Amino acid sequence: MLKVDAERDQVTVVAKTEGRIDSGSAQEFQAALEKVIQPEDKALIIDFENVSYISSAGMRVILLTAKTLQRQGGQLALCSLTEPIREVFKISGFDNIIAIHETRAEAAAAISK
Amino acid sequence: MTTDVSSENTEQTEEELQDDQQGYKILVVDDEPDLEPLVRQRMRREIRSGRYSFVFAHNGVEALRELEEDDDIDMVLSDINMPQMDGLTLLQEIPKAKPNVRSVIISAYGDMQNIRTAMNRGAFDFITKPVDFDDLRVTIDRTLRHIQELRDALSVRDRLVAIQNELDVAKNMQQSILPTVFPSGAGYSVYGTMRPARNIGGDFFDLMRLQFDRIGLVVADVSDKGVAAGLFMMSSRTLLKGAAVGKGHPGEVLTEVNSLLVEDNETGMFVTVLYSVFDPRSGRLTYASGGENPPVLVRADGSSEELPLTQGIVLGVAPDYEYMENSVNLEPGDSVIFVTDGVTEAMNEDQEPMGIQRVRDHFAQSPPKDPESTALAVIDVIKEFAGPAAQHDDITCLVLRRDD
Repeated sequence: MLKVDAERDQVTVVAKTEGRIDSGSAQEFQAALEKVIQPEDKALIIDFENVSYISSAGMRVILLTAKTLQRQGGQLALCSLTEPIREVFKISGFDNIIAIHETRAEAAAAISK
Repeated sequence: MTTDVSSENTEQTEEELQDDQQGYKILVVDDEPDLEPLVRQRMRREIRSGRYSFVFAHNGVEALRELEEDDDIDMVLSDINMPQMDGLTLLQEIPKAKPNVRSVIISAYGDMQNIRTAMNRGAFDFITKPVDFDDLRVTIDRTLRHIQELRDALSVRDRLVAIQNELDVAKNMQQSILPTVFPSGAGYSVYGTMRPARNIGGDFFDLMRLQFDRIGLVVADVSDKGVAAGLFMMSSRTLLKGAAVGKGHPGEVLTEVNSLLVEDNETGMFVTVLYSVFDPRSGRLTYASGGENPPVLVRADGSSEELPLTQGIVLGVAPDYEYMENSVNLEPGDSVIFVTDGVTEAMNEDQEPMGIQRVRDHFAQSPPKDPESTALAVIDVIKEFAGPAAQHDDITCLVLRRDD
């Protein structure tokens, strides 16, 4: 089961995500993120700590989310990826275009710069 | 146009189209008078069996007239340079007259500009001069299969629009673009197989004969499912083919295709590609990766290594990205296994991914022989690992072996 919980402070929104993001749940993931992001938001951090798997359909949602934020002058960052998921981002080359950080604190620090 | 008359080799391309009882009518458009007798001669077997029939026109104007008058034409095969109306103009006019007719263009070797214009104007495929009739047959069959899928799809859509049908349509498109003839005997041999998952379809592979006896090999995976993804797959395949013929280096090919795919890509779709070129004269394999898994080189003794990736990003998302390439020397008897993530991420019942080590272990025990048995062995390794777990992603395995 996929779960997305949002927490927000003044600057950033954190979407803590849990479960598998595959072609079965990618649409759900996209809908959940769309609900979280407000037009005035400038930064979204997706916390991957409890994400066990992401397929290419899930990567596409990440990409579309990055585009949405870019359009409203904001940015997307990911944090706390497990090793296998880090590897997926590396092989696909997505780590070249999406900011990836070790921890939530590092992601927040990078964004507020 | 010039035509190759050297290889009479009709044996190997009797394909599945045979079970389609109805024949297909192909309009050939060329201003040179030598093509008509040549087509009639070289395609006599297909003509006699009623599988294809041909009509001929000598320029775009004549071709359009023929299309107006004859409702049975399924496909157009057209040269580019012709008097009165050229092939590129004809391409623009065909959809207005007959939206369900598909066109294949005959272009000069490596003429990327015209090929690209033709693709932008809706050509389904192209072949290059001098015309190789085996290649032409394969291209015609592929185009006709595609036309048949479209027709079936349209008739299904008329009756019922449902998600499952969309998926079936996409899956059929996916199957229709895969090569069915595998080269061997020119210093190397190749075999590929794609096993679709039930609901997700995005993998494809392709082979392209290139200048100087080299061969281009593609393994790719489109990010999504459904008809839109199927169309994205078709254009990725065609653009790869076009760029491969026009450019020598795998890195340049991916750079070019990426920049074409990025244009107007609002859907966020992307395709992972590993493109490589093998030169049988030198034994050198050069490859570039766009987000695809590393190829595995298995030596004749069964020892193996994963070839280093080139750090390329998936195609279709990053404008102006420049792809790098690596190369490796294949010794006689070496095999290279190209796989998509459906292999490495095949899951067992405990939802654990398989990885590539099991494949390498298998070949360490029993070194690869011919590419077909090698590819099928990879499929068996996956089946053994997955057990009763359902296949959740397409599985593609393409194997190249340098002859002993």
